[in-house]
Amino acid sequence: MSKGSRLDRRGFIAKGLAIAGASMLGGCDSELSDQPWVRRILDSAETLTRLSQRALVPPTALAREYSEADISKDFKANGSTNIDDDNYRALAANGFADWKLKVDGLVGQPLELTLAELRVMPSRTQITRHDCVEGWSCIGKWTGVQLKALLDKAELKSSARYIVFYCADDLAETGDDDGKYYESVGLIDAFHPQTILAYDMNGAALPIAHGAPLRLRVERQLGYKMAKYVMRIEAVDKLAAIRGGQGGFWEDRGYEWYAGI
Amino acid sequence: MTPAVQVEQWARAMDATTETTEPKQKVIDRHSGTVRITHWVNVICLLVLLMSGLQIFNAHPALYLGSKSNFDNPVMAMRPMRHGNDVYGVTKIFDWHINTTGVFGLAKTADGGYQIRGFPWSVTLPGHRDLSMGRRWHFFFAWVFVINGLIYLIWSIASGHLRCDLAPAVRELKHIGASIWEHIRLRFPEGEEAKHYNVLQKLAYLIVALVLLPLMLATGLAMSPGMDSGYPFLLDIFGGRQSARTIHFVTASAIVLFFVVHIVMVLISGVWNNLRSMITGRYVIKFPEARS
Repeated sequence: MSKGSRLDRRGFIAKGLAIAGASMLGGCDSELSDQPWVRRILDSAETLTRLSQRALVPPTALAREYSEADISKDFKANGSTNIDDDNYRALAANGFADWKLKVDGLVGQPLELTLAELRVMPSRTQITRHDCVEGWSCIGKWTGVQLKALLDKAELKSSARYIVFYCADDLAETGDDDGKYYESVGLIDAFHPQTILAYDMNGAALPIAHGAPLRLRVERQLGYKMAKYVMRIEAVDKLAAIRGGQGGFWEDRGYEWYAGI
Repeated sequence: MTPAVQVEQWARAMDATTETTEPKQKVIDRHSGTVRITHWVNVICLLVLLMSGLQIFNAHPALYLGSKSNFDNPVMAMRPMRHGNDVYGVTKIFDWHINTTGVFGLAKTADGGYQIRGFPWSVTLPGHRDLSMGRRWHFFFAWVFVINGLIYLIWSIASGHLRCDLAPAVRELKHIGASIWEHIRLRFPEGEEAKHYNVLQKLAYLIVALVLLPLMLATGLAMSPGMDSGYPFLLDIFGGRQSARTIHFVTASAIVLFFVVHIVMVLISGVWNNLRSMITGRYVIKFPEARS
């Protein structure tokens, strides 16, 4: 090898390291994080993670269930903890007796169910760990109706790919639907035995801070998937047309749709 | 006589000289291409993972033991505390409370103000508070780290790098005391000995490559509710998800400690020679004068 080409190679490596170093500094300054092409590359990891976890974890594998003794004394309530809305206040004042859950979209038999009607359906109780995206965990006991049972009752169509949950809380405080919480899951999670719509927490009616009258439990994903104050469930074939198009309130604000990690 | 022929003759003459006398120094190929490339990819990965990890940590700057968070009694926490009219940044570790105002808990911002956050902006990625972007950086580079690490490990086993260059011999382990003493006096191996890693290097690299880095991955996966459902032993081996998170943090700290020592050793044992050997592979070995 001639001396010239070795210097070129060194020069090339030095330049490469300089670019990597500069990118790091740029990243600290957050400018790099704002570049669309950087976002696209970084976001590709979500698909890899989702496909890997789907391949490595059996679709029916259960999240760990804990004992009564493990239940958190102080289960942190995150996101909205109350709803400043006349409609919701009126429902709450009456113990949600006038509240109805709508199930519609790609279903053969749209439903409107009262809390009493949900309570007489077969229920599942599970003591599970709630992992927040922020890093903390709490353990709680949840009782509710399996989402699969509801979807069966509504005669879910074969064209449905996602189940969307519309909530009463205006977390972004925009005053319209754009700021309201919503979430979605795919059919693997929708049919999972531990995916329930919980009306009881720790043996009592679900408190308002935790999403009364009904909240979703998706035990193999992070807390932000588990929509509180669920008012309506819609079966759809794609998410693009709904609000920000990313499948959820936090997803529209940069978080992963697949929140298994 | 043309200049080219002249140069040829000089080169031959010089070769002849070096053949007849004891060489004062020798250039060897120290690091293979695989080691060099995976080393630098790993440097970038660990830097991004550390800084984005601190961004994620800042979303809830407290650590716990067990399955769940006992908010009243974290084993470690960085938080603001009010004392009279003043607010301090306090770092709690077990029962010790350390005033870390301006650094941890109540950090100085880029413009000189104060902000309630665990680690300061200068060491997080992104610099401002953005958990979702921190997670995007973290999980993308986690994948690069895992693929790069697998390439390194498989190659190290297949090529014999692990067995020949990294596994210490019993003889070396017996003389570890002497090696530590020489390092304390900042005396580094010369001549033939410098061709190979010394016993302390071997142990340090083995602990990092086979214990600390795999532990980062395993504790990271133990924090995934998805992986936990398929592989519940992840929770059992680390004593619960919150313990796994704490071990993830402590192990990252140990890697930072290794990094600091590693950089110091590189600096004091011949920075350009070391850097060149990790970039082009070439490493100059000096033979001691007294040697004959």
